[in-house]
Amino acid sequence: MSDAPTLTAVLQARFPQHVLGTHAYRGQETVVLKREGWLKVARFLRDDPAMAFDFLMDLACVDYLKFGRSQSSAPTLTTPSPLPYFMTPKPQAERWERVVSDDEFRFEVVCHLYSSLRNRRLRVKVPLTAADPSMPSLTGLWKSADWFEREAWDMFGVTFTGHPNLRRILMYESFQGHPLRKDYPIRKRQPLIGPVN
Amino acid sequence: MMMNSTPDAAKLNWMTTRLDAALGWARKFSIFQYPFVTACCGMEYMATAASHYDMDRFGAGFPRFSPRQADVLFVVGTISHKIAPMLRRVYDQMADPKWVVAFGVCTCTGGFYDNYATVQGIDAIIPVDVYIPGCPPRPENVLDGLMKLQEKIAAGKSAADPSAGRPAEFQVPHRPEAHL
Repeated sequence: MSDAPTLTAVLQARFPQHVLGTHAYRGQETVVLKREGWLKVARFLRDDPAMAFDFLMDLACVDYLKFGRSQSSAPTLTTPSPLPYFMTPKPQAERWERVVSDDEFRFEVVCHLYSSLRNRRLRVKVPLTAADPSMPSLTGLWKSADWFEREAWDMFGVTFTGHPNLRRILMYESFQGHPLRKDYPIRKRQPLIGPVN
Repeated sequence: MMMNSTPDAAKLNWMTTRLDAALGWARKFSIFQYPFVTACCGMEYMATAASHYDMDRFGAGFPRFSPRQADVLFVVGTISHKIAPMLRRVYDQMADPKWVVAFGVCTCTGGFYDNYATVQGIDAIIPVDVYIPGCPPRPENVLDGLMKLQEKIAAGKSAADPSAGRPAEFQVPHRPEAHL
């Protein structure tokens, strides 16, 4: 690798008022941004020749309601675990930390950008509050944001202001609620025809 | 060796049978199927229908993609609540007599998709004659189900028949508007 500044360092220096935090894992860089500055930073990432992120690979949402709380009493690696290895919680030191608190910022929209010119990737996270889960739409910058944002709206109820067609994409129009929210009742069924099974 | 008391069948130009038995015999070897394929079970369905297992041996080698020309509705794959009204509509558009095969465990019970999106067994929407479990079912399993369906057809039975005794909670109202 060259000794050029990392992407996160460039963003940190250029947008200090918008960057909440950064981290990297094995060369995969992540930057956590404030919602207010997201559109400005996104435009910079797309249009700046040194960045040239021409492809929004993915946009998804995470609901951090109750995140990590059910595992607090679960056994750790120091005691023999009755759980299979893939369900065993990692030791606390390896636990990845959020930049913001789960209580205040319940949702987080995660974007994966790719630059086909520079062959680089960047992950951008935007924390959103439960009271106002909304952020500006990226459809004006990357066309691929259209269906991703519709999916995030459908599953999590995150609204994207400026989206040209923010309708449900997977569920039917008459569906009530957002099924991937952690407080959606796991047994709730809303069939269009037939009995509630 | 021919017994003297019985007539030589080869010299007779006529035979007797029951009409329903003759109809059942004819129907069970001329199954025009409508494949309602939504998911991965479709691959196994194709494997069964193709030459190696040869569904055409049972007269079921001619899929029709119009419900009006079909006798048997093959529901192959997971049925979501979103597509359930379309499945019901296809079923309503089929002409009697008609039969339904639930192909794969998702159509039978919902499979492991016990969630907000999936119908927990298509018999909540339409009457089912034969259930073929498996994820996906092997072709032998499918052919076994097909032969069981043939027995049912030959006997003149169908789950679509109101006298088939469908539980009250699974009675689906007739929808004439679906035929438009």
